[in-house]
Amino acid sequence: MPRLADHHVELTVFIGLFALATLLGLAAARWRRPATFNHIDEWGLGGRSFGPCVTWLLLGGGLYTAYTLVAVPALVSGVGAAGFFAVPFAVVAYPLGYVALTRLWSVAHVHRLATPADFVRVRFGSRWLALLVAVVGIVATMPYLALQLVGIEAVLKTLGVGGHWPLVVAFTALALSTYYSGLRGPALVAFLKGTLLLMVIVAVVLLAAMTPGSWAGIFGKAADTFAATPSLADGLLLNPASHVSYLTLALGSALGLFLYPHAVTGVLAARSRDAVARSLTSLPVFTLVLGLLSLAGFLVLSSGITPVGADAAAGVPGDRNTVIPRLFDASMPGWCAGAAYAAIGVGALVPAAIMSIGAANLFTRNIYREFLRPHATPAEQAQVSRTVSLAVKLGALAAILFLDPQFSIDLQLIGGVVILQTLPAVGVGLYTAWLHRYALIAGLAAGVITGLVMLYQIPALGPDGTVTRAHFGGSTWPLANLGVHSGQSVYVGLIAVAVNLAVAAATTPMFRGMGIADGVDRTRDQDYGAEVGDPSIHRLAELVDGAPTDPRDAANDLFPARATQRLLESPKKE
Amino acid sequence: MQDGPAGKPDKLVLRPRHAAQGGSRRRSHRSGWHWLLLLPIAVPLATPLFNRIEPRLFGFPFFYWCQLGFVVLGMGVTATVRRLAGRERR
Repeated sequence: MPRLADHHVELTVFIGLFALATLLGLAAARWRRPATFNHIDEWGLGGRSFGPCVTWLLLGGGLYTAYTLVAVPALVSGVGAAGFFAVPFAVVAYPLGYVALTRLWSVAHVHRLATPADFVRVRFGSRWLALLVAVVGIVATMPYLALQLVGIEAVLKTLGVGGHWPLVVAFTALALSTYYSGLRGPALVAFLKGTLLLMVIVAVVLLAAMTPGSWAGIFGKAADTFAATPSLADGLLLNPASHVSYLTLALGSALGLFLYPHAVTGVLAARSRDAVARSLTSLPVFTLVLGLLSLAGFLVLSSGITPVGADAAAGVPGDRNTVIPRLFDASMPGWCAGAAYAAIGVGALVPAAIMSIGAANLFTRNIYREFLRPHATPAEQAQVSRTVSLAVKLGALAAILFLDPQFSIDLQLIGGVVILQTLPAVGVGLYTAWLHRYALIAGLAAGVITGLVMLYQIPALGPDGTVTRAHFGGSTWPLANLGVHSGQSVYVGLIAVAVNLAVAAATTPMFRGMGIADGVDRTRDQDYGAEVGDPSIHRLAELVDGAPTDPRDAANDLFPARATQRLLESPKKE
Repeated sequence: MQDGPAGKPDKLVLRPRHAAQGGSRRRSHRSGWHWLLLLPIAVPLATPLFNRIEPRLFGFPFFYWCQLGFVVLGMGVTATVRRLAGRERR
């Protein structure tokens, strides 16, 4: 067991950098200070003011979460090639998201949308469909947020810090800065996260260079380790039976990535369409960081690092997520290891803050404002969002403190499958409004149920092939269930979303045939190409006839384009 | 199902769905160059292409350096598409 007494330098550096991040988060309230913070656009979307650079850091800091940076290398050190799927996943996600997200930014700019469910609301004219999208978003985000704490916990365990109070302190710091600064907080802290990550990567590359035989030696050792295990699933290459699961996991996760509310929040906070495009072009730089850090998983094997709490003789695997912090601990000077821990700790603050803001915006816009208080002012919305973001974080903290962390991991697995089920409404909806609103609801329900049933059927297998847990043991569904005995398995999310799309496409003509009206699509084709300062599209009403007639209504209006639209379609007054 | 305060039909000019929208407006945000993006989507998913050890680069098996290379490919293609589609826009 690691002892705190051996880690004074690391702990000091870690606490110092963590405190710096907290101060930055609080100071962010004064960064590009707006006239008022009491507006949901200011608190929840940073005033929609971020340029390409800040958007790049904010999205990068939010998507490459602390849990990802800890769990992916741990997975690679456990199974080898199969764990590397995170890299093609992140490669595929950006070209997939490029066109969709620039379209989303434009339509959100014209209609002042703040959440993915807001978009569904204007596109399909159904507040019930929007409600479902919002609920799915919140449900999928909560466990993901909780897992950020698992990342911090891995560091604390390595340092030998016991008890739950450090987690409580860390989360209080996070909650305070988010409450005051809103999205500006994580945006500013993302600068620190980026710097620390850069340092970690340089350190990993140096470590590899100092290892006997350099990378060739590291990979050689890893190959020997995998050859010595009885399991057939591990190795430096994919075995023939794991190709399908590798590529479906990569594709399915990539399709789901930008449906998460925290990803959408980062995109909508951008200042312009081009800022989104530019940041998406350069975001793969973070994928290189993730890729190199995953390979540090092999460095773990060649240096003989064991997880905290592992006991090979007793067959106890220990906490695998601690292998990367343990590697830093064993092979770096104290100050450097401390800074590397801070990269994980600070790395957890950024996504956790964005996730809580994204979930809070969903609640405020698509549940509170839609169903509870339709005339809530923007100031009231901002206050509700702040409070909800606190509640969301408290929930996550409680989940980690009082439940088995494995529960959060299982829920996050389910969350990934479930969030993908909003693809037809949000993703496909960006290109066409052909699908009927009730068909989308039917498809979403079918997809979620299919996904849950399939996940329930997947057992967890130990290294020797015995069943260690009967249900929710993984995210790839063996095709053997269908009588195809090729040994291949497919990512559940992809199957579920296929069912979802099939149901939605099949029931659309049915609903139309029954004479059930489509919702009103308030978007126009050119909205999807709008750029900032494009006078032909945005706020035409204000340009033509001055200020909106009823200021309260205008400030409240989710659809300022409505006025524009009326003008466009009535005979022009010159 | 009633669709809430924002959806009162009397406040809206209802347009026929799927009508030719925007009239003569150029569809400037649709660019043929976008199809190029399929390249960095399809190639990283074709696992048999790169599931091999040789040739190595700096000691990295092909499987690993090739996929890290795809990251650079993805950035290159996306940046190219942004420039070409942006030029069309102007």
